[in-house]
Amino acid sequence: MNNRLVAFLVGIVIGAATLYFFLPGPPTSFSTAAPSAETQAPSVKDAKPTAVAAATLDLVRSRGYLQCGVSQGLPGFSNPNDKGVWSGIDVDFCKAVAAAIFGDPAKVKYRPLSAKDRFTALQSGEIDLLSRNTTWTMSRDTSLGFDFAGIIYYDGQGFIVKKSSGITSASQLAGATICTQTGTTTELNMADYFRGRHMPYKVLAFEKNEESLSAYDNGRCDAYTTDASGLHAQKLILKNPDDHIVLPEIISKEPLGPLVRQGDAQWTDIVRWTLFALINAEDMGVTQANVEQMKNSDSPNIRRLLGTEGAYGDALGLNRTWAADAIKAVGNYGEIYDRTVGPETPLDIPRGLNALWKNGGLMYAPPIR
Amino acid sequence: MKKNPPKPTGFGPVSWTNPRLRAVLYQFLAIGGTISLFTFFAMTARTNLENQHIASGFAFLNHTAGFGVIQTLIPYTEQSTYGRVFWVGLCNTLLVAVVGTVIAVALGFVIGVARLSNNWLVARLATVYVEILRNIPLLLQLFFWYFAILRPLPGPRDSIVLLPNVFLNNRGVVMPAIGTTQATLGFVLVTLIAVIVGLILRRRGMKRAIESGKANNLGRIALALIFGLPMLAIVALGTPFHTTPPTLETFNFVGGWQLLPEFIALTVGLSLYTAAFIAEIVRSGILAVSKGQTEAAYAIGLNNVQTLRLVIIPQALRVIVPPLTSQILNLTKNSSLAVAIAYPDLVSIFAGTVLNQTGQAIEVIAMTMGVYLVISLATSYAMNFYNARVAIVER
Repeated sequence: MNNRLVAFLVGIVIGAATLYFFLPGPPTSFSTAAPSAETQAPSVKDAKPTAVAAATLDLVRSRGYLQCGVSQGLPGFSNPNDKGVWSGIDVDFCKAVAAAIFGDPAKVKYRPLSAKDRFTALQSGEIDLLSRNTTWTMSRDTSLGFDFAGIIYYDGQGFIVKKSSGITSASQLAGATICTQTGTTTELNMADYFRGRHMPYKVLAFEKNEESLSAYDNGRCDAYTTDASGLHAQKLILKNPDDHIVLPEIISKEPLGPLVRQGDAQWTDIVRWTLFALINAEDMGVTQANVEQMKNSDSPNIRRLLGTEGAYGDALGLNRTWAADAIKAVGNYGEIYDRTVGPETPLDIPRGLNALWKNGGLMYAPPIR
Repeated sequence: MKKNPPKPTGFGPVSWTNPRLRAVLYQFLAIGGTISLFTFFAMTARTNLENQHIASGFAFLNHTAGFGVIQTLIPYTEQSTYGRVFWVGLCNTLLVAVVGTVIAVALGFVIGVARLSNNWLVARLATVYVEILRNIPLLLQLFFWYFAILRPLPGPRDSIVLLPNVFLNNRGVVMPAIGTTQATLGFVLVTLIAVIVGLILRRRGMKRAIESGKANNLGRIALALIFGLPMLAIVALGTPFHTTPPTLETFNFVGGWQLLPEFIALTVGLSLYTAAFIAEIVRSGILAVSKGQTEAAYAIGLNNVQTLRLVIIPQALRVIVPPLTSQILNLTKNSSLAVAIAYPDLVSIFAGTVLNQTGQAIEVIAMTMGVYLVISLATSYAMNFYNARVAIVER
């Protein structure tokens, strides 16, 4: 009797579920990206929710912190120290976005991701923002369902070899075994480079950078390849950094930038304009130290940037002082650069392409007006 | 329940009190519920993929891969398709699984028997082996083997010469490539015929020995045939194979066949690890055969080796085979750790690189899971077939 009762109840439940799922069409409220996007009325006035993945900002706000995907440890970009405190240019950008939203750069949780796992993590909504030395490519922007918010670092791929090998140019690498990390554009660029020159080569692709570098250090590979910035950073970790030489060739364009899921225009705008604000701040001479004084500057450009004039923050769904908060937290783009990869660090990478447009670089941000 | 329910014809009356009808109804509801649940999952996934503008479908399998793979058992270039990468990865996975399984089973049997040895030293060494190997995480062991193999070995220029034209260096083992000549086909045919005829002879010899109760030398004749005929073929037709020695170029040896250190480390790591578990299974299997069997075998004058081979092992196999299947499956599935040491297996290049290039996680992971499922079911089926043969037949 009892069994039959249970079976009867289970039958009713399953039957009801069947009816529910078949009648009302696709139940969008179960979307993975935004579990409560439809039921929660957008609280921000100018939020424009699109069909499903709307209102990432609301989600971040209600959660109380930003989920930021970073690398598993790349000095200068995102690297934890011995106390587990993250630093680097990509980490500082996460802090800037958190400061723009919450006014507090500490409201970030970092999610270290391998090159292989990073896109799935963003697609599935595990993170809000991927700030992880990721190259902007067409396929990633179009078929993977992402939007790149801008370029935070202009990089290019290079090679490092042992000095004792006598190699001085990448064109001498025919027949070499080359170590790299799997799931990166480096793997493809290298294939293109060697294929285009009809040079044979062998690639050894590891899941993590550490093993890849260690295999190169132990002589398994003749060369190691990654973005030039990474080469400078990782050369320092080798057993005898002075025994190795970075080859002069840069074989690819690697514009690195933060990216978000496609489909939430407001969120893309927030990330994009936070980056622009940092670059504009350097352009206008606004620094971490002088940002408070600059609020009363005579320059209308600076007053608009810092929220003294106009209501540019409102359009993003943020405070009017969003940009000022971000600059106060991490400084302008130049300060971030110097502190993370530039002269104040052992990496000491010259500004090069990453200098402001007026100093001969490519860093140029549209105006805030 | 009534004491004598009338034999139902059809479904009986249409009523809630009719248990047969209710049972059928419940089953329909359960099936319907399951189907609609999965339909719901599929629809939700599709809606979300479309909303996020993520490509879906299997068209990507025909797109150009554009990346290199270090070990390919089937022809592959950067211009090959993602579909080709799938097969390349699958072959590499199967290679490790098969070689690893053979080594693991052989080693596991030896160690399992050694643990029961009367020799104190042998038994203790086997115990130490089992306890250390099976209690350290496999991933750490793989790193250990990989870097233990890499670190002490010299570069290609200072290779250790194992045999003439066989070199050992930190790029692996390089040996001459073996190619075919005009005599190859004839040699292979002759060998095949010799083996078949030899096996038939041996079988007949065994049968005759059992029937007559006297030993005969047909088995020896068969052995002579199996080795003698191919030798004759070589004399008659000339050398059946020619070898191309590897040559040292700027970076490494070119030509010749190479065993990658990644392959060696992965195979060694997987087999040693799995062998520790198999050893325990073998030990339990042998212990499951009652001591009386051993004593009886000794009593009829069998020696130690004969006792083990003819009496103990055949009975122990009944206990050994089912858990052995699990270990073989484990080895195959553990081979997916290959990506950590850059061996290009299915998970590394297909569920790794291809997934990353295309972003089509659902399709790629589903295909990868499907492959492991098929491999596992096939292994399991084969082992069950073997088990049915070795299982004791109750009469």
